[in-house]
Amino acid sequence: MGIQFKQVTKRYGGADSPLVVQGIDFVVPKGSLTTILGPSGCGKTTTLRMIAGLEAPTGGQISIDGVDVTHLGPSERNVSMVFQSYALFPHMNVIGNVRYGLDVSGVHKTEALERAHKSLALVGLAGYEERLPSELSGGQQQRVALARALVLEPSVLLFDEPLSNLDARLRRSMRDEIRHLQQRLGLTVAYVTHDQSEALAVSDQIIVMEAGRIAQAGTPQDLYERPASAFVAGFMGEAVLFDGQSLADGSVQLGPLRLLPRHPVAPGAVRAAVRPEAWLVGRELAGGEQPAQMLPAQLKQCAYLGSFFELTFETELGPVFVVSPEVERDWRIGQVLALSLPGQGVSVVAV
Amino acid sequence: MNPALRLQRALQGWVLLGLLSFALLPWYFLQQMSLMDALPGIWAGAETASGWVQSSGHGRPWLWSGLAGLLVCGLAVLVPWTARTQGWLLLLGSLIGLLGLLGSGFAIGATGWVFESLTTLWGVLPTGQYGMGWGAALVLFSLVVLLGAALARLGAFRGDVFVASAVVLCSALLALFVVYPVLRSLVAAWVDDTGAYAWMHLLERVATERVWGFGCVQGAGRCGVAWNTLWLAFITATGTTVMGTLLALWAERGNTRLAKPLNILAMLPIITPPFVVGLGLILLFGRAGLFNQALEWAFGVEPGRWFYGVFGIWLAQMFAFTPIAFMIMRGVVQGVSPSMEEAAQTLRASRMQTFWTVTLPLLKPGLANAFLVGFIESMADFGNPIIVGGQYAVLSTEIFFAIVGAALDPGMAAALALVLTGFALAVFFVQRQVLAGSSFTTVSGKGDAGVAMALPPAVLRVCRSIAGPWLLFTVVVYLFAFAGGFVQTWGRDFTFTLGHFKTAFDVQLGEFGWVFAGTAWKSLFTTLSLSAMAAPICAGLGLLMAWLLARTEFRGKAAFEFSALLTFAIPGTVLGVSYILAFNVSPVELTGTGLVIVLCFVFRNLPVGVRAGTAAFKQLDRSLDEASQMLRASTLTTLRRVVLPLLKPALVAALVYSFVRSMTTVSAVIFLVTAQYELATTYIIGRVGNGDYGVALAYCTVLMLLMSVITWGIQKLVGQRQLGRRTAASTPA
Repeated sequence: MGIQFKQVTKRYGGADSPLVVQGIDFVVPKGSLTTILGPSGCGKTTTLRMIAGLEAPTGGQISIDGVDVTHLGPSERNVSMVFQSYALFPHMNVIGNVRYGLDVSGVHKTEALERAHKSLALVGLAGYEERLPSELSGGQQQRVALARALVLEPSVLLFDEPLSNLDARLRRSMRDEIRHLQQRLGLTVAYVTHDQSEALAVSDQIIVMEAGRIAQAGTPQDLYERPASAFVAGFMGEAVLFDGQSLADGSVQLGPLRLLPRHPVAPGAVRAAVRPEAWLVGRELAGGEQPAQMLPAQLKQCAYLGSFFELTFETELGPVFVVSPEVERDWRIGQVLALSLPGQGVSVVAV
Repeated sequence: MNPALRLQRALQGWVLLGLLSFALLPWYFLQQMSLMDALPGIWAGAETASGWVQSSGHGRPWLWSGLAGLLVCGLAVLVPWTARTQGWLLLLGSLIGLLGLLGSGFAIGATGWVFESLTTLWGVLPTGQYGMGWGAALVLFSLVVLLGAALARLGAFRGDVFVASAVVLCSALLALFVVYPVLRSLVAAWVDDTGAYAWMHLLERVATERVWGFGCVQGAGRCGVAWNTLWLAFITATGTTVMGTLLALWAERGNTRLAKPLNILAMLPIITPPFVVGLGLILLFGRAGLFNQALEWAFGVEPGRWFYGVFGIWLAQMFAFTPIAFMIMRGVVQGVSPSMEEAAQTLRASRMQTFWTVTLPLLKPGLANAFLVGFIESMADFGNPIIVGGQYAVLSTEIFFAIVGAALDPGMAAALALVLTGFALAVFFVQRQVLAGSSFTTVSGKGDAGVAMALPPAVLRVCRSIAGPWLLFTVVVYLFAFAGGFVQTWGRDFTFTLGHFKTAFDVQLGEFGWVFAGTAWKSLFTTLSLSAMAAPICAGLGLLMAWLLARTEFRGKAAFEFSALLTFAIPGTVLGVSYILAFNVSPVELTGTGLVIVLCFVFRNLPVGVRAGTAAFKQLDRSLDEASQMLRASTLTTLRRVVLPLLKPALVAALVYSFVRSMTTVSAVIFLVTAQYELATTYIIGRVGNGDYGVALAYCTVLMLLMSVITWGIQKLVGQRQLGRRTAASTPA
């Protein structure tokens, strides 16, 4: 058992101020990486800071490795954290930063130095010991922050949007490196981000938060393919939501289209979340033509993005956003095309 | 050593300190001797005996409460109880000790019970007690720390013992040295000569023609001092705000090379004693001044004292406080984001329209702030009104004359202080409201690539034509103030002389080696040593409070912040009166000592330290503290190893500022000085009173040079530290 939250609530200010975190329960299994995902203001950073001990919960219980740590300060929990801004001490050099935690907990000098060197080597920064943080690039600073957190051999490692200050290219390699280290050392990690592709790439478990509650928790596949709510579907895959009708035979009617959902839904009004890559763009339709199982759509906008096109159509269901890999095709604004949904990439949630 | 054990040891240490102080230090205040002289006598006479001996052998059993409290606390830290049990025990112990000692301290004076009712209740007390001394102070200190620990163990302050103790300790200090004396002196306004309290006394003193009269409006006689004070504050605040804004706009937006000279100008009022400008103006416009002499020579006009009065004070205050308005407005002008003005200009606004519709509205909160600060400064000013005020009475000088004048009426002084404090607090509240509502001008940490708009030509012309002559005039006044120290007698005999310097700072080689024969040496050395003692305490306490305010959350924080900044609003004269009224009787008997002057320096300049710290913490990323905490460092370790090294420049700034302000302050300490502890500023005031301008100005010159050197030296030191970091940053690894 890694981290466990039981009915944890948090409010800033007096009893009449609103709850930022409204009674959440979750478990981060030992040796796994869990991301807490959500839009800004959903309470995910507050949750992480409660694990760290930087904020005290208003109610509920937090335990780490089976020990109740709800009322312990940050220095009394076996937890390390990598900050969004890295928070490297500017007046200490790299090795001074890394060994700081060992020094203040009274580890013998030679041992501290040895362990700090080891930790630096682990993140690939051997030879940078004497530099000041200001002399390092963003990626290197990130690694120092990581080495500083790892050197204490924490039972839980926390990341607060660790990649948000890096450029796109560096972000991917750093992301893979964190995942690799976590798996190699068997670390228990809680990781906060607002970027769903980052979450999908690194996680064993994803917890999506919405307005202080957990909207859904599960594996990346679960969340992407079987979202429990319209919010999760929209947040995980930029899916567009359409109103539909679930029929008695188990199929779902969506305008002229009829689909078979992967999971049975009770008859009645439903919403279908369709991801932009699920649409198949068919042939051009002549005026007034209405083929079966096809949605006539007029092209309003198209944007070329190198490996794919982003298209916006006007249909009877409303505007439809489509990603098409057909970069060779000759797209013309105003032409009417037949859209269809061959199956994958659609999830249906009850209203 | 794990954190719990470390805490246990620390608390044991505090209890031990309290017990040792109780047993081994002289309990009461030592009137004549030093601590070293008194130590052998702790087992002996009632003067020097320790708390233990006082309570067992000298008939002062109420002191046992201190020991009882400490013993209960000792029980609490003897074995590792659960946090709650330990908390309750500590709370019980520290409260027994604090309430017992403070209660008896206030209730029992030198001749027995202080209050009549207690005598009738419990009978006459055979032995009284003196003011508290070393032993009492240290026992109370440790009890206060233990009280903080108790609150933390009971779950307050997120369980952080250091934060809790720091908050409780700072609150206790503020209560004892700011709130208590001020309240005590204000209460004196209700008391008559026989010691009876009544609303009538207050009414008699406050609601008089002398305070609130409208004589000047009705064309007969003079207006009341309250109206005089308000009117002066209003015109000074208006004048300094306008002038400061013009200077700030000119320096920041005028494309001139004025920035550097203006920075020096901004530093001037910090390093000049408050009355130097007044003296310089007297040399220009006084009866023997050049202006009057020229009039007499040219037109045969009889030189008069026309300059003394409201115009003189106003002019002197304009010179003294315009730099403060300039500094405030410069910050605000810098804070106006250039991209706002660029946005306005791309929306087809002309430069003039942009200035009126964007720049000026964004400056509004700053203008209000500058006005209110000018208002407070003018009301609190003492040096200028006393030198050039003539017959124009304002509250700060009236308070002074009520205490030292022939009347010797502390009740009247207290009543006037009440009025002045009321005004100052009202303005202070308004100012806080204004600052709270002005968040839209605060500078964000984000870079702004825009280029600030140049001033519209018309506005620039106004700036130049008003602020330019003003700058020139300032330089002239300061030059005259300097020159006055070098001539025989101003107005009559303009021969160059170093005689005044010789009178004040003569050094002779006598038969016993070098002798500081000049009359000013003693006051200079006293001022330097007392200021040097006060500066580190003031800076340390100020930064600690700033840290508590910036980085911790606790209940009552707003009240804490308010009282920390309160002394900014309390006029110096009021604080001085409060100190003599509150600290000339037990339990805290300090009048006439150097300690009371040091304390006055510390708490008068405390807001400066708090502000320097607050500004520094705004620039220091909060996650640095948090990172250190996450890396298992305790709060104290974090402060010592991360916060303090990064705060060094702010610490030095606070040190310099509080030192220099202590050197130049006059209003608060003028009541506290004695023959033994005469200060530079009061010495100069005394010389001016005797009409001895030469020596006074020579002394001012020396003071300013000395402080420039000190300020420059310390800034140089800070600069080198930053330079070292930059060179280190450029060395390749």
